[in-house]
Amino acid sequence: MKNLLILGAGTAGTMMANHLRSKLHLNKWNITIVDQFKTHYYQPGFLFLPFDTYTENQVKKVGKKFIPKGVNYIQKKIEKILSEENKVELEDETLDYDLLIIATGSKIAPEETEGLIGPLWKKDIFDFYTYEGSLALRNKLRDWEGGKLLVHITEMPIKCPVAPLEFAFLADSYFRDKGMRDKVDITYVTPLTGAFTKPTCSTALAYLLKEKDIHMESDFAIEHVDNDKKEIVDFEDRRIPFDLLVTIPTNMGDEVIEKSGLGDDLNFVPTDHNTLQSKAQENIFVIGDATNVPASKAGSVAHFQAETLTDNILLYIDGYPLKKEFDGHANCFIETGNNKALLIDFNYVTEPVHGNFPFAKIGPLKLLKESLFNHWGKLAFRWIYWNMLLKGIAIPFVSRNMSFKGKVFDIKPEKK
Amino acid sequence: MALKTIAGVELKVSEDGYLDDMSQWNEEIAKEIAKEIGIELTPKHFEVLNHLREKTAAKEGLTIRSVGKSGIIDVKGLYVLFPKGPLKFSSKIAGIPKPTSCI
Repeated sequence: MKNLLILGAGTAGTMMANHLRSKLHLNKWNITIVDQFKTHYYQPGFLFLPFDTYTENQVKKVGKKFIPKGVNYIQKKIEKILSEENKVELEDETLDYDLLIIATGSKIAPEETEGLIGPLWKKDIFDFYTYEGSLALRNKLRDWEGGKLLVHITEMPIKCPVAPLEFAFLADSYFRDKGMRDKVDITYVTPLTGAFTKPTCSTALAYLLKEKDIHMESDFAIEHVDNDKKEIVDFEDRRIPFDLLVTIPTNMGDEVIEKSGLGDDLNFVPTDHNTLQSKAQENIFVIGDATNVPASKAGSVAHFQAETLTDNILLYIDGYPLKKEFDGHANCFIETGNNKALLIDFNYVTEPVHGNFPFAKIGPLKLLKESLFNHWGKLAFRWIYWNMLLKGIAIPFVSRNMSFKGKVFDIKPEKK
Repeated sequence: MALKTIAGVELKVSEDGYLDDMSQWNEEIAKEIAKEIGIELTPKHFEVLNHLREKTAAKEGLTIRSVGKSGIIDVKGLYVLFPKGPLKFSSKIAGIPKPTSCI
């Protein structure tokens, strides 16, 4: 018997367990998946939790429920990957592997910014990239009386790069609905040149910030938080005051990657962009947020990667060359508030485009354009996530590589 | 995409002036782009620019943090060389794409 070991039972790891169990012979391959946590979170839901759109129970389930029969599930902490010896140390045992899949994800590292975890943390400074952070922020917003709200990105790359912008849009709607928008000043603070950094998007979407009266502070690389003055400060001593700071701290790969000597300076694992094989060892593959590939860190990306990676693992086992197939495809809904959403579809080289999705001419979803239908799509996605995506069931008509049918590539400013 | 003549060479550039093809870059082009921004290049600038180009050629993502940890310069120093947006200006001068997000 050979051993295939998956580290991490999040979105990517769970999908790989489901894909591979049905494809690898039960008598030839043991499959084991390890994760230290019992709960599987629907992470896109963390965006909605602060605004009381979702409840706690809608975003969490017991992770084991999604692991197929015939896969050995171990709920233990991973201590170290011994990549030269094909072994993984857990808290109280060591596992051997013939083939390893790293799916340990990424998480926030607020300790990387001086003053972030200080007297104001979870009082006036919140994250919404963790379940606990998102819930604490919900409780804060429920009786916040208004003031200066900053939605702030520390540095790239981050998981779901559009989530901060969606948060700002949803905050605008939330405070309007509560009849207190005039008491809240919303400012979006980014280390990049603006909210929209791709020409197609800045052309098509710049109106959103104006329409929602969201102010912008760009090119801001935070150096520390001044807890006494309630200001964030950058390396040139530029200061932005806040009453409520919603920050996306530095995102990093798991510390086990660092301990194992397998990561870059943010603990992401150097990975071939197209095959998803690690650069370190031939029998180690990497998927989802744990990789350093320049695709978005998002569930849809993990979903498309899982299809390519499944094929490549089967090819690898049989001794064939790997497919250089993964193209960085991402497909994401972007909530814009007022029950509307945008949909974007792009890859490593192609910027988000206009058009219909998934069917040319028909849609029904519209790319890069606000619609109610897109918003319903985003809400329906929670059901799709729990019932199809994690189980490795292909989403009908949505291919792993980006399709160019029904898409418009010559974006010009639209008349409103 | 637009065409722009920089240091006597006609180059394809993005709408905000970043080179389309990093292989067309040379030091004279760098100096002229830097001049437009208001930066006079020193050997230290070129050390940073060459580092950015090497990382980009190796398809590695660039962040202010990673440049600050490169051993060539720290983050404060990077701001001194390229004030008001070190990564966006250094990338432009280095002839590599603008740092972007997914939209």
